[in-house]
Amino acid sequence: MSQALARRPARESEFGYTRRLRGWFGNQWGKPRFLVLVTWGYIVWSIVPVLIAIQFSFNNSRSLSIWHGFTLKWYTSTDPNIDSVFHSAELRGALEQSMKLAGLDVLIATPIGVLLALGLARWRGRGSGASNLLMLFPLVTPEIVAGVSLLLLFSQLLTFVPFGTVAQLLGHVTFSISYVVVIVRGRLFSIGRSYEEAAADLGAAPATRLTRVLLPLLLPAIVASAAIVFAISIDDFVISQWLSNGANSTTVPMEIYDATRATPQPSTDGIATVIMVITLLSVVAGVLVYRFFTRGESGRGSAVDDVAGFGI
Amino acid sequence: MYPRWLWPLSALPGVVWLLLLFLLPLYVVVGVAFGSVDPVLLQPIPAWNPLDWNTGWITHVLDQLLPGNVFWDVAVRTCEYVGLSLAGCILIGYPVAYFVARHASRTKNLLLILLVLPFWISYLMRMLAWINLLSPGGYGLRFLSATGISKVLFHLGVISDSSNYLGGQSFTVILGLIYGYIPYFILPLLGASPCRAFWHVTVPLSKTGLLGGAVLITLPMFGDYYTPNIVSGAPTTSMIGNQIDLYFHGGPQPTIGAAITILLSAFLMVLMLYYMRTIHRASREIPA
Repeated sequence: MSQALARRPARESEFGYTRRLRGWFGNQWGKPRFLVLVTWGYIVWSIVPVLIAIQFSFNNSRSLSIWHGFTLKWYTSTDPNIDSVFHSAELRGALEQSMKLAGLDVLIATPIGVLLALGLARWRGRGSGASNLLMLFPLVTPEIVAGVSLLLLFSQLLTFVPFGTVAQLLGHVTFSISYVVVIVRGRLFSIGRSYEEAAADLGAAPATRLTRVLLPLLLPAIVASAAIVFAISIDDFVISQWLSNGANSTTVPMEIYDATRATPQPSTDGIATVIMVITLLSVVAGVLVYRFFTRGESGRGSAVDDVAGFGI
Repeated sequence: MYPRWLWPLSALPGVVWLLLLFLLPLYVVVGVAFGSVDPVLLQPIPAWNPLDWNTGWITHVLDQLLPGNVFWDVAVRTCEYVGLSLAGCILIGYPVAYFVARHASRTKNLLLILLVLPFWISYLMRMLAWINLLSPGGYGLRFLSATGISKVLFHLGVISDSSNYLGGQSFTVILGLIYGYIPYFILPLLGASPCRAFWHVTVPLSKTGLLGGAVLITLPMFGDYYTPNIVSGAPTTSMIGNQIDLYFHGGPQPTIGAAITILLSAFLMVLMLYYMRTIHRASREIPA
């Protein structure tokens, strides 16, 4: 009896402790603290590793794990013993190859995609349904299937296409067109036809309606899709790798991949950082230009909506 | 309002491009998979005419997929990795999406930007970041051993060596897959920006919620070969994508690689069709 009494307070306090904890997490009227914790935990987990990788691109040693102080040598050194991002032939070549592919991809895929979007949105005839299906397919095809198929195409059938930049570019454009189409077609549906009909009623010729009415209205979507194509191309690893011809056509993602399989250096973190900055700048530029062109439109979201909308 | 021929003409370059560089290549894969192999040069000889098709390679691969044969383990492992990664993405991603959509009001804008950020950081860089963290002496490794997590994982049998995460650990591969693909899972759940939904392809899937996000990341995960190669590199963690990669880049048998590719595509076809239908529907009903 006395033993049972003695044990009681201890059990009470234990119970109180769990109850307080339950109350802190489970109070349905309070702040959903559990969700706050998971959300911020996730965000820290998703971003901090990348920040640490950026930090070690400035490490004054070859180590990627132990900090030895700040240096810029992995970016700018001209010492032949140091593979710096801007002076090693290999890393510089990879940067140039990535930029070249992304730039050309934007120049080719954007016009083709815009024309295809117009065609698919307004052409109602035999073949339009099948063409629509054909346009959607690349969006859902796993990249390895894309890589295998283009590799076999250029090695078995169209053997006159050289592996390297040409094959890589053809691959990048093929898998960029559909993104342009989806973005531009969405804008086309939301614009509707009334502006063009009004212009027609006022006597504008078809060519005038296209260039003076439709094109300016489509411009924001064209800019957005160009920025997205640029970012997709810069980030692409699989297609670039399957269609490369060895060292001459190595892109930055391929360089990172090869380095992780051998011994990554601070300059590997460095080149990844450079490409990340370029991607982020292109996205910000895309958002700013988009906002400039859609200024004054009703139903226009906040800047944040635009940024979020840039997520693929 | 416009001449009838204008819109078909406008679609023409894109359609021709996709026929030549998307559809034709898929047919080449079929031709190679159903073709034969030069006995001397070991080069594939594609069979372009369906009447000449040789089903030997496909049945060979199917045979190897039976329990106890070469591809069985890889196929089972691939399904396990994809399944566990998907479960991880749902477990982490759903509460996050739910919180941001329902509760965050003052911080919502900041949260959205932070959730979108990983999209614009190269997948390869995000994997490289984990190499930094988990290599000997790395912050991540030190954190895991200082907190005792390494010990717990070791005793639970999740990892086979508490100081080596980067060589043949399934745990690290699954961690890499979750880390790599979860941003693609969360954003469609958010239905992100009510705004410019048409700006991107994934938001249409938001209407389908969990299923949409799951389909979106399952497709690329089944074809992934670089994640296991980067964070493990051991044959004991190879996935079906690694087999395809090996047959093309490591070995002399692209025909078998093509046959596996055909079977993988067939296996994923239902998901691909579902995803296509969703994008198609959503892109037509977006309001102004």
